[in-house]
Amino acid sequence: MNIPIYLDNNATTPMDPRVLEAMIPYFTQKFGNAASRNHHFGWVAEEGVDYAREQVAKLIGASEKEIIFTSGATESDNLAIKGVFEMYKDKGNHIITAVTEHKAVLDACKHVEKLGGKVTYLPVKEDGLVDLEVLEAAMTKETILVSIMYGNNEIGVIQPVKDIAAIAHKYGALFMTDATQAVGKIPVDVNADGIDLLALSAHKMYGPKGVGALYVRRKGPRVKVTAQMDGGGHERGMRSGTLNVPGIVGLGKACEIAGQEMESEAKRLSALRDKLQSALTVLEESYVNGNVDHRLPHVANISFKYVEGEGLMMAMKDLAVSSGSACTSASLEPSYVLKSLGLSDDLAHSSIRFGLGRFTTEEEVDYAVEVTKKAVTHLRELSPLWEMFKEGIDLNSIEWAEH
Amino acid sequence: MAYSDKVIDHYTNPRNVGTLDKSSHKVGTGLVGAPECGDVMRLQIQVDDNNIITDAKFKTFGCGSAIASSSLATEWLKGKSVDDAMKIDNMDIVEELALPPVKIHCSVLAEDAIKAAINDFRVKNGMEPIALEKSHH
Repeated sequence: MNIPIYLDNNATTPMDPRVLEAMIPYFTQKFGNAASRNHHFGWVAEEGVDYAREQVAKLIGASEKEIIFTSGATESDNLAIKGVFEMYKDKGNHIITAVTEHKAVLDACKHVEKLGGKVTYLPVKEDGLVDLEVLEAAMTKETILVSIMYGNNEIGVIQPVKDIAAIAHKYGALFMTDATQAVGKIPVDVNADGIDLLALSAHKMYGPKGVGALYVRRKGPRVKVTAQMDGGGHERGMRSGTLNVPGIVGLGKACEIAGQEMESEAKRLSALRDKLQSALTVLEESYVNGNVDHRLPHVANISFKYVEGEGLMMAMKDLAVSSGSACTSASLEPSYVLKSLGLSDDLAHSSIRFGLGRFTTEEEVDYAVEVTKKAVTHLRELSPLWEMFKEGIDLNSIEWAEH
Repeated sequence: MAYSDKVIDHYTNPRNVGTLDKSSHKVGTGLVGAPECGDVMRLQIQVDDNNIITDAKFKTFGCGSAIASSSLATEWLKGKSVDDAMKIDNMDIVEELALPPVKIHCSVLAEDAIKAAINDFRVKNGMEPIALEKSHH
């Protein structure tokens, strides 16, 4: 077992050696520009890209013609939201999303607002899921797009995308999903789920950083997005720029492996995750954040009340995890995702996200449990809030000096 | 962001963690910060008849820098007169612990906690509290 242990697989994943192996020839030997249509080098590169396009499409039940390669999920989110708004603005100017979305979606929506669009940011229920009735009530004749993520990056909850898509379609709107955390981890099928646009990223599924894709539906309906970058008209005119051939080949291979191993991996990881979660929630005053029945198999977000997340992570320096606390940010604001579940600020400050992955072993999970328990106990001994809790003092009865 | 060795030292081996009898008139207690903001410090001093701080204890809910700042503060307080303790400036803590700009608020909180403890002690012993500048953050 190597220390420190990596349990931050929602931030990024290590690349699978099989992916690296597939990529290597495309740096030095098969280095051609996939857009060079008139010689061998171009054809070889194009072949690699075409094959990757099939691999990506297969994982999400799409046709290869529906895959647009990008630099990652942030670009895919931007292209989808801004591109749909520009393309369909004559039809309507209203977009619906949710408060727990990734910043790439939220900030793209804010950009749309600056361009004169209207955006509804749906609240979520206490378990992190979108309320379908609230969604339906927000739909108008002007609504052109509903953008709701598949699986949440902080708490791992899986949204009822199929139902959300059905509501969007009922009102003539398109449905887009940021599926960055879900693709490759759980079955995602654009047709079964009714998805019109989908963003995904390679580095969240053991592929390289800097490459991703946007799925854009071609049939029923044929969806178009306005390009956000001008240039050579690559990717059916939707995304110009010389293709990142090695990266794309890596993304393809990552998708292929994920497709083959997803079922067994999901079982293995959810068992490990549940083991970790049960062992840690034995600790007094610890709470799992988000819906536990509709959740990605590899994530557990747990708040340890009366200890502060960043201080806790420091005591867990043998583990690479992340916290909803933001003591370092100028605003001192804790995670907006946790806050939108209705968590009080102090519970949000006390949260730790454990993100397991393909290379996580049971031995590592057991060690993580020990380290975390020790750290929580240590910090509670230092915590005045814990002492007050133990003495039965209601913390809400104290007049805190907000600073 | 990496923590300085001194922060890590205080965090790993915090000095003077604990609780003094807050009902004693010789003990001053300062409780500053708020759970919502991610840090709460409780700092206590025990003062003898010569106005010398003979003991200091703390408990802190917060990040490593907040814990280190309060641990350091208790070290500095012990043996000081109350008047000298009043002169401890947050920038002294910043310097000693090499806190980065984003962590300066931790030192401010420690200074606030010292002053709050001293004022609690003064009020308990029939003295006027010393007027404090509004917290700088």
